[in-house]
Amino acid sequence: MHDRSALLHFILGRLSWSAIPYDNPILVWTFVAVSASGIALLGAVTYAGKWGYLWREWFTSIDHKKIGIMYVAFAIVMLLRGIADAVMMRMQQAIAFGANMGFLPPHHYDQIFTAHGAIMIFFVAMPFIVGLMNFAMPMQIGARDVAFPFLNNFSFWMTVAGAMLFMVSLFLGDFARTGWLGYPPVSELAQSPGVGVDYYIWGLQIAGVGTLLSGINMVVTILKMRAPGMTLMKMPIFTWTALCTNALIVAAFPVLTASLALLSLDRYVGTHFFTSDLGGNIMMYINLIWIWGHPEVYILILPMFGVYSEVIATFSGKRLFGYSSMVYATVAIMILSYLVWLHHFFTMGSGADVNSFFALTTMMISIPTGVKIFNWLFTMYRGRIRFDVPMLWALGFLFTFTIGGMTGVMLSVAPADFLLHNSLFLVAHFHNVIIGGVVFGAFAGVNYWFPKAFGFRLDPFWGKVCFWFWLVGFWIAFAPLYVLGLMGVTRRLSHFTDPSLQIWFQIAAFGALLIFLGIVALLIQIVVSIRNRDSLRDPTGDIWDGRTLEWATSSPPPAYNFAFTPIVYERDAWTDMKQRGHERPTEGFKPIDMPRNTGAGVILAGFAFACGFGLVWHIWWLAAGAFASLVGVVIGHSCNYQREYHIPAAEVSRTELAYGRQLAQQASGP
Amino acid sequence: MNTTAGETVKSAAPAFYCTEEPHPQNGALLGFWIYLMSDCFIFAALFACNAVLGGSYAAGPSAKDVVDLPGLAINTALLLLSSVTFGVAMLAMAKDRGRATLAWLAVAGVLAAGFVGLEIREFIHMVAEGAGPDRSAFLSSFFTLVGTHGLHVTFGIIWLITLMVQVGKYGLTADNRRRLNCLGMFWHFLDLIWVGVFSFVYLVGVLR
Repeated sequence: MHDRSALLHFILGRLSWSAIPYDNPILVWTFVAVSASGIALLGAVTYAGKWGYLWREWFTSIDHKKIGIMYVAFAIVMLLRGIADAVMMRMQQAIAFGANMGFLPPHHYDQIFTAHGAIMIFFVAMPFIVGLMNFAMPMQIGARDVAFPFLNNFSFWMTVAGAMLFMVSLFLGDFARTGWLGYPPVSELAQSPGVGVDYYIWGLQIAGVGTLLSGINMVVTILKMRAPGMTLMKMPIFTWTALCTNALIVAAFPVLTASLALLSLDRYVGTHFFTSDLGGNIMMYINLIWIWGHPEVYILILPMFGVYSEVIATFSGKRLFGYSSMVYATVAIMILSYLVWLHHFFTMGSGADVNSFFALTTMMISIPTGVKIFNWLFTMYRGRIRFDVPMLWALGFLFTFTIGGMTGVMLSVAPADFLLHNSLFLVAHFHNVIIGGVVFGAFAGVNYWFPKAFGFRLDPFWGKVCFWFWLVGFWIAFAPLYVLGLMGVTRRLSHFTDPSLQIWFQIAAFGALLIFLGIVALLIQIVVSIRNRDSLRDPTGDIWDGRTLEWATSSPPPAYNFAFTPIVYERDAWTDMKQRGHERPTEGFKPIDMPRNTGAGVILAGFAFACGFGLVWHIWWLAAGAFASLVGVVIGHSCNYQREYHIPAAEVSRTELAYGRQLAQQASGP
Repeated sequence: MNTTAGETVKSAAPAFYCTEEPHPQNGALLGFWIYLMSDCFIFAALFACNAVLGGSYAAGPSAKDVVDLPGLAINTALLLLSSVTFGVAMLAMAKDRGRATLAWLAVAGVLAAGFVGLEIREFIHMVAEGAGPDRSAFLSSFFTLVGTHGLHVTFGIIWLITLMVQVGKYGLTADNRRRLNCLGMFWHFLDLIWVGVFSFVYLVGVLR
């Protein structure tokens, strides 16, 4: 790396053969496994001749349903990466006691916990919520698509491009060793001169563009494109939570962009925002990142609250208890989430008055959340509950999340936090709410809407296996961490000296194994369901006796969702239509204009990836060239004014009548 | 009277579908407005940094030493005039006068380019004097906030040129009018940010 010619340095930046970690057997085997399965997948697609199909029907699609499905598929793939990191950490901590140093040296272990956290939040939880909102929300409000269909496709591919930078860091260079939020001074150039933090920064910046644009898109969709008659207080709760979440995204993600940009200026230009010298202020970064970070956890959980509301109402066969209080609770959480960020660092030393303010606002969040819990309980009360898989996840959530919320209130007590700060108690707490809230919600949502997306439901047996492994596994994995945290064990340690702690870590590792089996069960569930799709098929389009408008369409819905835009009179519009004996229109169909597919999103995200890669490795020509191309493609794309295609009335009529026949056949028995 | 109409709606089978194609409102302007608000949060973070770090001179130059107030006055005048001329262009657009629109847009663009040019000159001068962004946390936040604004103006100019070409080619179509409206919001938004930069970074900085 030192005696390379200037030309080579210009071409490759700081990239060299030594960037490939061939001396690390874990990474070599990961690389072998990933590339073998990657080549197998690419080969299979090529062999089946499906590239054209994938490109035309999926990658370039700007149909919100397909984009939503791609987001969720992407989240499941990244979940495999995140869980692999988790299993390695649990194994390491279970064995690394005394003379045994475990199998992960500290510098590798540090990369793993950083990658685990960042990937699980940005590339698993976020794509899950954005995917579910993308898929269901436009149909719930009776719309044909989102407000900006092209931006939607672009947002998705930017998220993928960011994740790809994270993945490349596995095999080229290394990843950040800073923890998932990249705190300075350790993330500054002096302490982290390598490429790890740069991968982290640019991966998140690129994905952040996608998230922000997606947030704007959804807010405008909900505000402008609701079916006639659907006033705000008649919107489904999931749509309400989507509105609040996306408002939070619009207000919070720019702050993340700004704080990461300032960190990158410190690293690239030599500024002194967060350095230890020349006037820099480390706590400035930690304040800024949590001004994004705390709303972020509500960005993740609010849509899942929406999913649980839909699932619990549907599977209890009742309308949601306390709709208005649910809406106000959601809005209250949205506002409060902006006023609590300092509870992540009570130990900063800002004084009793400041700490008291943030402790109180934090405790106050438990009030609207408690309102929601009781609303769900009262919805189930005297309901005719069906224990289908989505409902199981919702029940598991109620139990798990409530306990996680209570440990959160414990942490919000500032004096207690001085003891629990940075301990495994905290780790147990946020896994308790994120797994128990967000992950369970994602699985509830996937099981709930899968039949709508594909026309057949997911296999219930394997769904239940998956659920029980996750639920039991979660408690076995994380209850010991509460105990350890109360004993004062800090997080992010790769080795321990006190042998009396080991049994707790071994129990936790067993729990992680159960969760891992839960994920295996999920994959089996998907495969089995595809294989048995004929017996799992739902010809009605309304498999769960749903209450909201997405169930008024066929499964899978036609590209245009609704041949005629529905008119809404009541909350739970579809239940209202069913009760009042609505009839599907059989004539008078009109041609429909829909947005046309475009490859621009894939191309732009490709350039963004190249630009990020160039910036990470200091390959300036690549970064500049890719950025200029990106701007050029944006300008070129803006010169295309013909963005719609026409579905003729005859085709709409054919599609609708075929669905009508299918329904009639179903009604008269097979 | 009204009750009968109301009862018809409430009866067993009201109309559940729009027979006419609904025309959903165009959300582009609202969407762009929301984007501007999110951009505002980026600037808010940068202003906050300036508020916190604005006095961290690290024994280097302070705002008093580096700010050239007369030059700043010219700079500010250029940007504000550019906003005025953009407004005139929009008035011309409202009267369907394509050529006048383009001419006023060009004036707005030139004025903004003058603003960016003066700013670059100021930056080069400061760096040459040893007051670059790596000198102290104060200068880091100064360059970043002012530079981020300047970068926005630069992209505004690129967008302006793109739109001028498109208006020249396709005329004042509905699409182009909508885009000009968005650019107009962007343009005035940057003025507003500049008023903040001018007041808090420059004037308060000099008085600090």
